[in-house]
Amino acid sequence: MHAIEKLLAEKAGKHQVATGEIVNCDVDIAGINDLYLQTVRSFYEMGGEKVFDADKIVMFFDHYAPCATITQAENHKQFRKFCFEQGIEKLMDIDQGVCHQVLADKGWVHPGEIVVVTDSHTTTHGAFGAFGTGVGATDLATIMITGKLWFMVPEIFRINLVGKLQPGVFAKDIILHIIGDLGADYGVYKAVEFAGPVVNGLSISERMCMCNMSTEMGCKTSYIQPDAVTMEYLHNCVARPYKIYETDTDFQYAAELTYDVSKIRAQVAAPSSVDNVFELDKYAGTPVDEAYLGSCTGGRLQDLAVAAQILQGRHIPKTTRMIVVPASKKVMEDAMELGYIQTLMQAGATITAPGCAACLGVHQGMLAGGEVCISSTNRNFPGRMGHVDGRIFLASPAAVAASALEGKITDPAVYLKTGDCGNGR
Amino acid sequence: MVMKTKVRGKAFVFGKNIDTDQIYPGRFVEYTDVEDIKKYAMYGADESFVKNFDPGDIIVAGTNFGCGSSREHAAITLKAVGAGAVLAESFGRIFFRNAINLGVPVITCSEITKIIAEGDEVEVDIEAGIIKNLTTGATAAAVPMSPYIMNILQSGGIKPMIKAMQETKKSKNR
Repeated sequence: MHAIEKLLAEKAGKHQVATGEIVNCDVDIAGINDLYLQTVRSFYEMGGEKVFDADKIVMFFDHYAPCATITQAENHKQFRKFCFEQGIEKLMDIDQGVCHQVLADKGWVHPGEIVVVTDSHTTTHGAFGAFGTGVGATDLATIMITGKLWFMVPEIFRINLVGKLQPGVFAKDIILHIIGDLGADYGVYKAVEFAGPVVNGLSISERMCMCNMSTEMGCKTSYIQPDAVTMEYLHNCVARPYKIYETDTDFQYAAELTYDVSKIRAQVAAPSSVDNVFELDKYAGTPVDEAYLGSCTGGRLQDLAVAAQILQGRHIPKTTRMIVVPASKKVMEDAMELGYIQTLMQAGATITAPGCAACLGVHQGMLAGGEVCISSTNRNFPGRMGHVDGRIFLASPAAVAASALEGKITDPAVYLKTGDCGNGR
Repeated sequence: MVMKTKVRGKAFVFGKNIDTDQIYPGRFVEYTDVEDIKKYAMYGADESFVKNFDPGDIIVAGTNFGCGSSREHAAITLKAVGAGAVLAESFGRIFFRNAINLGVPVITCSEITKIIAEGDEVEVDIEAGIIKNLTTGATAAAVPMSPYIMNILQSGGIKPMIKAMQETKKSKNR
């Protein structure tokens, strides 16, 4: 069996599971984000009175932090009341940041656990060897009542990464390249494992980026076998014992794919789908109205670090605005401590409160019709960041910073060749 | 409310990778009242959709319908406008779960866009998994649903099931 299957089997109280089987599993972390008051509604609609275990439930105020409309504020108000009444102490209020980064910062995700959040990017937690998956409001309400959720045991495919990353090329470029190659629906209902020497050399931040984006090819979950990098990260923050599952050597993957990352250059996903991927060069020189650095995909400390490195002592042009949204409070505090925030502000960037911000087209940096945005986020669907005619190019944080600096889509390699900015750790 | 086993309506055809921002744009997610949510069905793909769509009509799409965000609003809005069924070559998995949980028939059929064009009259036998294009006479078979999922659908979604479970538990405890 695969590590994912062993994990699902144990959480379902079984010795064995098979692909396609439906299992009812205990959930270790159930996260709700502030977009979905329906979760609370469904809880009561289904006869819920008291949540199964308040300590396993985390409430995140990230998408609307801080609220831009009265309706959003009313929703937050009702959520706060629910948390208070149910004794949910893990209320991550508007100061905390994006759910996935907060879970990582707090050390609440452990290998071998099932993490379910009402957010499609919950695949992120494969970076820690956990089974992370997104669900809707009613599924989450089911967990709040019963502590369990059904899953179909997925087919599992493995992506092996070999070669050596070139300067200016990051995990974001690798995953965009893969999604472009395989298509937005390749992984629907399936799980992906990332493996190989390149993955072992990636930081937790870069691993989170790849696992996060796996949902953009439809994957139900993602997995990276915990190794020394994972252990080092977890060492200081884990709160309870955990179990690391190992895949049997004779396990048969549904498919095995190998990519030589040496051949990958800076990538962009051009409007308006995440699998519409090209070498950045194809669009180099396209004028940029907004450069957006943030989100659970590309708003971590390492992402701000590379942007600060590129923008240090320089200034963006008047024709371009740059919006920086640290993924979490901790990211922002660390970035201040290290001077990145100051550097970015001096370069002309606008810093906003940690959260999801304009990534989902709700507030803090919306696009007008016809505007071009280069973004370190995860989706470039029509209307995703504002006007339906806004054109979003997804790229690495370094490409966002270089493009902000030049006012047009720019390969960051030129700013990084002589630098010491690792695309590894 | 138990599922209708047969539905019949006019087809509204969309392409592939119709994401949840097209089904229900992010800026309307703050609405929690179904009367508000139903105003913006498919708004990101076709602003006039709600005006033209009658209860019982059927949505047809290519691969990966409902990919993207976990917003249940995408399923709520299609249920609220009375979609008889959603037929696609494949579905984004969270949307699929959300729709089943709400009792919206989401039916996978690999040839669906080949046999149905915009405006065709379509009949779907949900339990048998048979799709008929009444305009052209073409038929196609759906990918069979697992009994577990069909059971949720037949119960009118997950809510009545969990509710019944809760009530049984409570009466036992009494």
